[in-house]
Amino acid sequence: MKEEEVKIVGFLCNWCCYAGADLAGVSRFQYPPNMRIIRVMCSGRVDPVIILDTFLWGADGVFIGGCHPGDCHYLQGNYYAEKKIDMAKRLLKKAGVEPGRLRLEWVSASEGERFAGVMKEFTEEIKELGPIKFEKDEMEAACIAAADYSLRILATKEKELLEEGNKYGEVFTRHEMDRLLDDMVREEYEAKRILLKLKRPMSVKEIASELNLKPNVVFRHILDLKRYELIEAHEIRDNTPTYIAKVEEGVE
Amino acid sequence: MTEELRIGVFICHCGINIGGVVDVPAVVEYASTLENVVYAERNLYTCSSEGLEAIKSAIHEHELNRVVVASCTPRTHEPLFRATCKEAGLNPYLFEFVNIRDQCSWVHMHEPEFATEKAKDLVRMGVAKAARLEPLEELTSDVIPSAVVIGAGISGMTAALSIAKNGFYVHLIEKGSEMGGLLRRLYKLYPTEELAKEFLEQRIKAVEEHERVELHLSSSIKDVEGYVGKFKVILDENGVEKSIDVGDIIVATGAKELEPEGLYEYDGEKVITQLQLEEKLRREDLNRNGIENVVMIQCAGARGEVVKYCSKICCMNAIKNAKLIKEANPDINVFIAHNELQAYGEEYELYYRDAKKAGVRFLRFPLEKRPKVRKSDGKLVVDVFHERLLMDIPLEADLVVLSTPLVQNPDAEKLSKMLKVPLGQDRFFFEAHVKLRPVDFATDGIFLCGTAQGPKDIEESISQGYAAASRATIPLAKGYVSSEAIISSVDEAICVGCGICESVCPYGAVEVVETEEGRRAKVTGVKCKGCGTCGSSCIKRAIKMQHYTDDQLIAQERTAFVTEREVVS
Ligand SMILES: Cc1cc2nc3c(=O)[nH]c(=O)nc-3n(C[C@H](O)[C@H](O)[C@H](O)COP(=O)(O)OP(=O)(O)OC[C@H]3O[C@@H](n4cnc5c(N)ncnc54)[C@H](O)[C@@H]3O)c2cc1C
Ligand code: SF4
Ligand code: SF4
Repeated sequence: MKEEEVKIVGFLCNWCCYAGADLAGVSRFQYPPNMRIIRVMCSGRVDPVIILDTFLWGADGVFIGGCHPGDCHYLQGNYYAEKKIDMAKRLLKKAGVEPGRLRLEWVSASEGERFAGVMKEFTEEIKELGPIKFEKDEMEAACIAAADYSLRILATKEKELLEEGNKYGEVFTRHEMDRLLDDMVREEYEAKRILLKLKRPMSVKEIASELNLKPNVVFRHILDLKRYELIEAHEIRDNTPTYIAKVEEGVE
Repeated sequence: MTEELRIGVFICHCGINIGGVVDVPAVVEYASTLENVVYAERNLYTCSSEGLEAIKSAIHEHELNRVVVASCTPRTHEPLFRATCKEAGLNPYLFEFVNIRDQCSWVHMHEPEFATEKAKDLVRMGVAKAARLEPLEELTSDVIPSAVVIGAGISGMTAALSIAKNGFYVHLIEKGSEMGGLLRRLYKLYPTEELAKEFLEQRIKAVEEHERVELHLSSSIKDVEGYVGKFKVILDENGVEKSIDVGDIIVATGAKELEPEGLYEYDGEKVITQLQLEEKLRREDLNRNGIENVVMIQCAGARGEVVKYCSKICCMNAIKNAKLIKEANPDINVFIAHNELQAYGEEYELYYRDAKKAGVRFLRFPLEKRPKVRKSDGKLVVDVFHERLLMDIPLEADLVVLSTPLVQNPDAEKLSKMLKVPLGQDRFFFEAHVKLRPVDFATDGIFLCGTAQGPKDIEESISQGYAAASRATIPLAKGYVSSEAIISSVDEAICVGCGICESVCPYGAVEVVETEEGRRAKVTGVKCKGCGTCGSSCIKRAIKMQHYTDDQLIAQERTAFVTEREVVS
């Protein structure tokens, strides 16, 4: 394939979008050959960690295709997919990547022509954005953050928080939910960035200047990471303590 | 994995369908260079008997332990190739499908070079996945050949009798002391106007006399566990605990009439509900009380007042009762204040016209200006807003009848939790699919019928009773259920028992249970449908979705543009 061709990976659910793609074939609707399709049984299967890993390994765009709302073969899988993809987009943004490189579409088994249309459109969009650019460290941090329990809980519980409220009965508005999501994503992302930095011992000040964060923010994360036993104090250097990651937490 | 990987790749020409666009020999050559591939060949038609023979003999000759076919779509041909692998002694789940026709040669017909490159990439991804495939087993389990029907209203009685007539044993469980449900309290039934009492008596007798129906009156369900084929239902029957083992369950718990507390001056005496009116009509005490004017108010508490939905049967009820009053005593004035009128179908339309002919007066009000009931000089007056005159029409009334909607029983919530089946927005039991699976729950082995699912009349309740019974009879008659091989599994060493997985599974297939190590999630294989949503939601990533494992998907995704060697290093 020529250098300038963009690379796209698609995860399509077996019952709707994959079938729609088959129908595009049976009907000979032509579309650009940039996407490599991976079949999953349900769009709800697609883990944000896997999406981000796909970018980490060089995809310029990632496409997720599921059933239209209400048509999910497994009832609600596509609903959860939507939340997970939203989470992945927020993390992409953190890693400095355009969220438009990740696209979720509902395509039914009868929408062969539409599938081809969506393929043309998405390929064009990615071509416009050009080859993906990111700092490996940043994308890795996004990947690990997506594996973190706090973001995973939030992605799953969003509907409940919006509709039924938390355990204190506080119902969130859309605006509050967005703020909560953004805050949590920023927190987790920063923490993971620090964790990855601490593959070698560093002080709070060093981390703060390398990551362009306020020292008090870094310090707060350091305390948290210590509490969860992810890092430990290393040695005192020039009167300042340094820290190091305990477990080598990386992308598998 | 200790065994050496020996992958065989078969690339199909599909006549000219693939071969006419994709350079198949080049793809075969490329495939044979891939990690772990020990054999690659091309076939004119891999799905032909020669093609299948070629796969089988290659499995033997080259000791293949993974097979990749690159051809059409798994949606039509996967079962065939899996069966072929099985015939050759290979576990069918060690087979991987690559689609280079529907999603490659057919859609990139004018770009053969790109299509060939794409085919190579797809084959590489398939090989990477194949290297990580694990053998899986399909399980079957026996079905206890009997059923439980919960609720002995008309729909539950119909279902129970139908299953019994099909030759299976049924337990009919009723919380009340008698069968019949709501019908016990009705006077005459639309559209036939036969007496509810007579209609019921024949049916109750048939149920009582059937040798394969075991009736449990004054019984409530304490607990339900198990899955399709093997449910254990714990009952409290008149204070005695009983345990029943059955193959499947039908929910026929009906509904109740909304009690219009605080609406339209409701007092249960002068302002009553349709159900209370039916009781009065049964006792024939309308004439005795010198009633001259009756006003019925439709949609009382429905369509946005208390509940959002239209209860569907109340218009016909009102028309029926108004007509019966009028026919018994033409001197009584009967008004029906309504917004829309649901009298669908020719039969009901004619019934409505008959009521008009009998002298029932219909008055339409806008939904935003519902009628108001007030007292004036000790008399009741109903103000009905007239849409064209743009003013209230005051109607004097000796009796106001509120047509209130059917609503879910308050204890349905408990039952839905015990059975792990959902209630919908309107709190009625929620079927798997409105059109395609109207009497199934998403959970295998549990079905529903009658007004438990939403307002409906007797005819519809009976049809659903038959439908649910016939659905429930399928596993009973078959004697076994087979489960998917592609299911999820929990790594108990990682799971922390948070229950997120349980909350996303639509089938109640994964549940948090107490173990010696503490609370852990557990998958019931027969219930799992293999969507994998639990896996991508698990906060500890402790769930493995077989055949679509993280490991396998990541291998596919990473090899989309680079080789396995680059990924592994
Ligand atoms: C005022 C009025 C007039 C009507 N008139 C007509 C008419 O003329 N013609 C017509 O076609 N339809 C009419 N209908 C509708 C008709 O009543 C329903 O279609 C019918 O009753 C539905 O039957 P069912 O078996 O689904 O529910 P139900 O009749 O409600 O029976 C449900 C049964 O389940 C039992 N139950 C509930 N929960 C449990 C539990 N947890 N455990 C065990 N048992 C339980 C209940 O005790 C009850 O016996 C009328 C309805 C109303 C309200
Ligand atoms: S979501 Fe994961 S950690 Fe939580 S109970 Fe389920 S398997 Fe265990
Ligand atoms: S894979 Fe789907 S059906 Fe199976 S346990 Fe998980 S969520 Fe439930």
